[in-house]
Amino acid sequence: MFQDRYTLAFRLYPYARSVDQDAAAPAHHRVVVVGGGPIGLATALDLGRQGHPVLLLDDHEGVGQGSKAICFAKRTMEIAARYGCGSKLVEKGVIWNLGKVFHDDRKIYDFNLLPEDGHRFPAFINLQQPYFERFLHEQIVAEQAKGAPIEIRGKNRVDAVEVKDDGVALDVMTPEGGYRITADWLIACDGASSPTRKMMGLDFEGKVFQDSFLIADIRMKSESFPTERWFWFEPWFKSGASTLLHKQPDDVWRVDFQIGWDVDRKEELREEKIRARLDAMLGAGVEYDLVWSSIYTFQCRRMKKFRHGRVIFAGDSAHQVSPFGARGANSGIQDVDNLGWKLGLVLEGRAPDRLIDSYDEERRHGADENILNSTRSTEFITPKTKMSHIFRNAVLELAEHHDFARGLVNSGRLSVPCTYDGLSLTGADALPGGPDRTRPGSPCPDAPLGAGFLLDRLGGGGFTLLTIDAEAPETFVEDGITVTRLALSAGDGPALRERYLGGAASAVYLLRPDQHVTARWDRFDAAAVRTALRHACAKD
Amino acid sequence: MADLILSPNLPRPDEFYANLIAAHEGLTDDESAALNARLILILANHIGDSEVLEEALRIARSEA
Repeated sequence: MFQDRYTLAFRLYPYARSVDQDAAAPAHHRVVVVGGGPIGLATALDLGRQGHPVLLLDDHEGVGQGSKAICFAKRTMEIAARYGCGSKLVEKGVIWNLGKVFHDDRKIYDFNLLPEDGHRFPAFINLQQPYFERFLHEQIVAEQAKGAPIEIRGKNRVDAVEVKDDGVALDVMTPEGGYRITADWLIACDGASSPTRKMMGLDFEGKVFQDSFLIADIRMKSESFPTERWFWFEPWFKSGASTLLHKQPDDVWRVDFQIGWDVDRKEELREEKIRARLDAMLGAGVEYDLVWSSIYTFQCRRMKKFRHGRVIFAGDSAHQVSPFGARGANSGIQDVDNLGWKLGLVLEGRAPDRLIDSYDEERRHGADENILNSTRSTEFITPKTKMSHIFRNAVLELAEHHDFARGLVNSGRLSVPCTYDGLSLTGADALPGGPDRTRPGSPCPDAPLGAGFLLDRLGGGGFTLLTIDAEAPETFVEDGITVTRLALSAGDGPALRERYLGGAASAVYLLRPDQHVTARWDRFDAAAVRTALRHACAKD
Repeated sequence: MADLILSPNLPRPDEFYANLIAAHEGLTDDESAALNARLILILANHIGDSEVLEEALRIARSEA
């Protein structure tokens, strides 16, 4: 009755009997998170750090094996930094900036991501998902030691969800039998095939792409493959219709072969068969160990709504994209970042319940943007009609000799956080000459401040009033919400000036706890700031 | 923002047409299709105005 669905990479939270299992009546919890993947762990961490009791239930006892998500974007590192574990990611991860694109036996061109200066974190790191999850869990343990009310229960599987107007009741199964609990809020972070979503009979619609990809993680000590992203369209070695080679930590390389729709999975996953593909690509005599392999197909789809009363879906349970562009785990972490402060305010009674509706609105917007980008990459990489194939190859042929066509080559547009343009919580733009990239709704770009960085100064978990050469009170309170001022000056650096002032001489930004801009002005106006703050908390 | 030009704009239409056909001489159907695709991409980049391109796509499609 309790069978593991996968092998563990790290056993982090072994099953232990909880008091709830011996309780006479179902124990009540404020927030229950289902699923111990990166999104569930981050949700527990976010709420626990705010001091909100949170119970995480996972049907395994730790982190599953397999590299899975391997590409973590700057925004994910910034959010992890807010949680206290950003440095670990960068220290372990592989930083890459160079990419090469091949067609058949020719290198068409190479590119440099040319990351912008003045950010604490690189544009991307490659890191096996189990490490990411382990670092989040280590941070949970560190926060627990400081008193954060986070509890994780391994081998606790939710078998039934009963949804009520003011919460949920859950039937939980363990190796020692079942028990029942109730909760005010349920956050479903249980992945693309979300059992919670299925138990509630909710939709999950979108587009299925008729292709399969074989992933092989190999360990090799090789000088011939540098720390770069290599992408082949129609490679000469015929190991797939496209192939991706990407470096991970521990001398491990991710190889992705696009192998077509009608494949015999069992046959393709035989080690000899995988090695034949790899040998054709790497050349004879290259020594490697096969670490992990898997075949996946993919969909681009999302739920119609991410919020269903007191049940909230986050990460792959709510939306699924193709892997091109690294928009899966990265967008899930943005979900958590978005939900954490809102649920915190609602739990404390400092904001109305409808603030949670804005999570639904904003993250559906984010999911649509990710689905659009990832669908376009997929169409380019796996053309579905003859004409689409002709155009794709015409782009590749032209890209070899002409710069203009390189912008059309799409092997994945790498994940960047979306801007909540024109959505319900987004306020006024009253900063004439202000830069476009920091308009209301935008995630704050980082900037160096002396020896440190701007985003580290916005990590307090509350609203910030960022002033640049403008007067304002140090703190103010509106209806239970405290805003803390961060006073800076144009003289603090050219990056700050360029990213936050543009053509303006002074600026006042109201920033949300998730470091998105709510509204901005050229000077402090108490009434305008109060209005924007009430608006950002769904109070009006 | 320029409008899509639909009035005569080629100085020597017969010559252009002859060149276009000549460019396809000796090519298989697949090679010709590839040439057309490259030509469209080159011209689209030269035009570079998304409103003009969208209008051109719309008109070309409506003839189908």
